[in-house]
Amino acid sequence: MPSLKDLRLRIASVKSTRKITSAMKMVAASKLRRAQSAAEAARPYAERMERMLGTLAASVSGRADAAPMLVGTGADKVHLIVMVTADRGLCGGFNSSVVRTVRHMAADLTARGQTIRIMPVGRKGREQVKRDLGGFLIDGFEQLGRKGIVFSEADGVARKIARLFDDGEFDVCTVVYNRFRSAISQDITRQQLIPFPAPAEQTETVEPSRRASTLFEPEEDEILAALLPRNLAVQIFRALLESQASEQGARMTAMDNATRNAGDMINRLTLQYNRSRQAQITKELIEIISGAEAL
Amino acid sequence: MDGKILFELVSPTKLLISAEVDMVVVPGAEGDFGAMAQHAPLISAIRPGTVEMHDNGRVSERIFVSGGFAEVGGTRITVLAEEALRLSDITHEMAATRRRMANEALSDATSDRDREAAQHQLAVAEAMEQVAR
Repeated sequence: MPSLKDLRLRIASVKSTRKITSAMKMVAASKLRRAQSAAEAARPYAERMERMLGTLAASVSGRADAAPMLVGTGADKVHLIVMVTADRGLCGGFNSSVVRTVRHMAADLTARGQTIRIMPVGRKGREQVKRDLGGFLIDGFEQLGRKGIVFSEADGVARKIARLFDDGEFDVCTVVYNRFRSAISQDITRQQLIPFPAPAEQTETVEPSRRASTLFEPEEDEILAALLPRNLAVQIFRALLESQASEQGARMTAMDNATRNAGDMINRLTLQYNRSRQAQITKELIEIISGAEAL
Repeated sequence: MDGKILFELVSPTKLLISAEVDMVVVPGAEGDFGAMAQHAPLISAIRPGTVEMHDNGRVSERIFVSGGFAEVGGTRITVLAEEALRLSDITHEMAATRRRMANEALSDATSDRDREAAQHQLAVAEAMEQVAR
């Protein structure tokens, strides 16, 4: 049975914990709003970029000299996994679920005799896989998007990936991140970046005859050479923004739960405190009364 | 020549303009071109320069783009800009800062890719200087 003083101290400490978690929840909520609108505003660009690239890919498909970033190197020996997590914890299963997916992928690919490399974006992911997959880690990025993700950060990541690809360090590249669905749910998404996954035949607006007659200025190859690295940056940008929004959502939910748990705990402790205080008073009264009677 | 063309200007961070206009003049990589409704399908790279929106016989808006891509198809033209600024927002100081940064990047460049990127930035700065006032 803890003493009254212990109880009082514990109540005070849980109360201050609750204050912290509820403040963190508010902060996450306001950051979430900003991150969410940034993620949503960036979607049109990525979608249109994909559409344009789809048209181009269709027009050069089947050509032997097509850009390797589009059709792949012809091998699938080395697989680069770009793991997008947060720099900070206290956001529920946000980081662990990305790490879990990466572990599954790593196990699968290794079982199939492929080599993997992991490029961590975000500190938490790197720390979590350091123990078991540390040997596969390559230099990654941290502290991105301190003041909201800006495009140049995504461009930096993309340039590094492109450089590794040019040096023949990997054949296939996949990015794993949390896609934002709502404040309480995120979808783990694996998106293949290199080679560019051919989009499902677009039948809607462009019929084949029209597509074949599309003009290109300059030549297809030149446009592709500029468009592919650009697309890489755009897709990474999108992944970072989605991840950022998801992180804030996950943190908000986690902190909301923590605040509620702290509240429950305070209630329980207060009840216990009052009970033992009452017991103490009763005990003292009995002592006084029985003392008086004994006289 | 009736019918308008739907012009969309998109930057990585957001959809900037979505409007129906008579004609859009775009600084294509191999020369400026105007796109009106029923233009043949075209995909073109864009060099740093000014995109003009023409409506009702006059220029309704001028926007500086630092490069990107344009896709024209039937009733629609989509411009994917790397960066887009209203012409009136561009100042000489801005262009000068850009030039300085581009020059620094050029001297720091170690790989071909970096060098290309820096050269592109330099071209952007030059184009900005031309339109700045």
